Amino acid sequence: MKILEGLYYSKNHEWVKVEGDKAYVGITDFAQHSLGDIVYAELPEIDTVLNAGDTLGTVESVKAASDVYCPISGKVVEVNQSVADDPSLLNSDPYENWMICIEMTDKGELEQLMSPGEYREFCN
Amino acid sequence: MSYDKLIFEVSKVGHIAYNLPPLDVDDIQLEDVIPDELLRHTELNLPEVSEVEVIRHYTNLSYKNYSVDKGFYPLGSCTMKYNPKVNEDIANFKEFTNIHPLQSENTVQGALKLMYDLQEMLKEITGMDWISLQPAAGAHGELTGMMIIKAYFEDIGEYNRKKIIVPDSAHGTNPASAATAGFDVIEIKSGSDGLIDMEALKSVLGDDVAGLMLTNPNTLGLFEKNIIEIAKLVHDAGGLLYYDGANMNANMGITRPGDMGFDVVHINLHKTFATPHGGGGPGSGPVGVKGNLVDFLPVPVVGKNDDTYYFNYDLPNTIGKVRSFYGNFNVMVKAYAYILSMGAEGLKTASSLAVLNANYVKEKLKEYYELPFDAICKHEFVFSGLKNKKNDVTTLDVAKRLIDYGFHPPTIYFPLIVDSALMIEPTETENKETLDEFIEAMKAIAKEAEENPEILKTAPHNTPVRRLDEVKAARNPIVKANV
Repeated sequence: MKILEGLYYSKNHEWVKVEGDKAYVGITDFAQHSLGDIVYAELPEIDTVLNAGDTLGTVESVKAASDVYCPISGKVVEVNQSVADDPSLLNSDPYENWMICIEMTDKGELEQLMSPGEYREFCN
Repeated sequence: MSYDKLIFEVSKVGHIAYNLPPLDVDDIQLEDVIPDELLRHTELNLPEVSEVEVIRHYTNLSYKNYSVDKGFYPLGSCTMKYNPKVNEDIANFKEFTNIHPLQSENTVQGALKLMYDLQEMLKEITGMDWISLQPAAGAHGELTGMMIIKAYFEDIGEYNRKKIIVPDSAHGTNPASAATAGFDVIEIKSGSDGLIDMEALKSVLGDDVAGLMLTNPNTLGLFEKNIIEIAKLVHDAGGLLYYDGANMNANMGITRPGDMGFDVVHINLHKTFATPHGGGGPGSGPVGVKGNLVDFLPVPVVGKNDDTYYFNYDLPNTIGKVRSFYGNFNVMVKAYAYILSMGAEGLKTASSLAVLNANYVKEKLKEYYELPFDAICKHEFVFSGLKNKKNDVTTLDVAKRLIDYGFHPPTIYFPLIVDSALMIEPTETENKETLDEFIEAMKAIAKEAEENPEILKTAPHNTPVRRLDEVKAARNPIVKANV
C-alpha cells in the first residue's frame, strides 16, 4: 500500500495536499484498493462551499457506492474533470489524480488530520 | 444445448403466428381516415416468427432462469423463501381479479373485508395501532414512513428536527428514503459487537434529530439487544423510531417492533409473507404507526362500521395518497391467504426455523469461512470471505463457483461494514438435506481454494456465458442492440 510523504490523511481515507491557501483532495491507495475497480466518480460544482466532513462527491465500484468526504472546510475552486471522465484513473494513480481543489477557510483544521506515519498505523 | 438467440435472430420474413379468415367487410385504407402527418412511414421493426418459434424461444430462455422454484436461493437480506402455490390460486379467484378499483364500496365488500382483516392481522403481528396498505414495496414504505415523521414534527412546530440517524450497517435504501423525504442523514458507526454503539448514538442525539431508522435484527443478522434502551434514548431526545421490516422473517410471533418501542414500521409482504418478489411479482410495503401518528397515514385506510367496510378518507393530518388506488391488492390477497393458512403458531414456527436454519449453516461453515461476529444469529449471518486467504481467492470467486454447484450465490460485498461479505439467509422453507448439500458445496469450494484456486478464479464453468467483465460493462456500457 502506497502512502506518500508530505500529505495529510483523513480517517475516511482521503488525502490532502497543501499549496499555499489551496488544497488538493483525493482518495488514498488504501481506499482505491478496498473499493476495487472504480466505474463512476461524481464531483461537486465549482464554488460549492464545503465544511470539513461534508460529502464532496461519490465514487462507485462494481461492489459499492461510497461517499467521499471533504477533510477540510473551504470553497471548491477546481474539479478534476479527467477523473469524472475516466474514473479508472483513481485506481491507476490515486495520488496523481486529485478530485477537487479547495480554497481553505481554516488551515488550523489540518492539525486534525493524520501524518503519513499516523495514517500507516491507522490502516494497520 | 446452449440456446442464446435473440428473437430477432429467429425472425424470418413471412413467418407468422396467426391465420385470419378473409375479410368479410370493406377494407379501409389508413391514408383515407388518418391525416398523413400522424402516419408512420417506416416499417415497424418487429420480429416475424411462427407460434412454435415463439414458444420454443421463450421456453428455452426460461430454462436459463434460476428461481426459488428451481433451487436453493440463500440471498441474504432478501428472504427468498418458497411461496406456497395455494396463495396464487386464491389471488386468481375471479371474484378478486374481475373487480375494478372504481366500483362502488357496496359491490366490493368482500375485498374491503380482506383488506380490513389484513390490517388487523398486521397490527397484531407488528404491535402497531393502525396500518396503511398503500405503499407498493419496501423502500416506498420507508419513504411513506419518513414523510409521516416529517409531517408530524411540522404539525407540532418542531421544524428544527431535520436529521435522521442511520447505522452504517443499514440497507442503502434507508439513507436514500430519509434524504428523499428531505432529511439530512447522520451515519453512526457500529460497535465492535456489530450492534449500535450506544455512545455513538448518544453523541448525535439532540433537538435537531427527527428519528432513528433501524432494522432489527440488524443487517448482520444480529438482534439489537439494547433496543429498549435505544428507544428510550431516542424518545427522551424527542425523536421517533422507524423500523425497517426487511428482517421481519426472524420475528413473527416472537417479538414485535411495537413492543420494542418503534413508532413507525414498514413490512414487506413480498418477503416475509410469502408473495413472490425479485422480479417474480410486485411488492407491497404496508406501513404501521402508533398513537398520534395514525392521523398522518396516507388515505384511504379501510374502516368498518358495524358489518360494513368503507374507505376512510377522513384522517385530519394525512400526508395524502402515496399510490394510485389502494396499493397492490393481489399481493395483499396472497399475504392474507398465507397468514391464515399458517396461523399464529405456524408463523412463529416459521421464524423459529428460519433462525435455526441460519445458525445450523453458520456453525457448520465457520471453520472454513471467516465469521467476524461470532454470536447466535437470527435469520441470516455474514461471513468475511474465506478463512484461508493465502491464494487470493475472493468472495466473488466463491460466489461464482457456487453457481457451478447448482446454487444461487449469497449476497456478496454487503453489508459494507464487513470486508468481502458473504451474507447467507437460508429461510425456513429449506429442509436439512438441502442445507447439507449447500454446506458440502461450500466446504468443497473452500478446499478448492487451497488446492486448485484457478478453478474458482475462472468460475462459473457450466453457465451459458462464463464470468462477465462487470468493470467493462459498467465503464463502457452498450445499452442499445443494433437489430
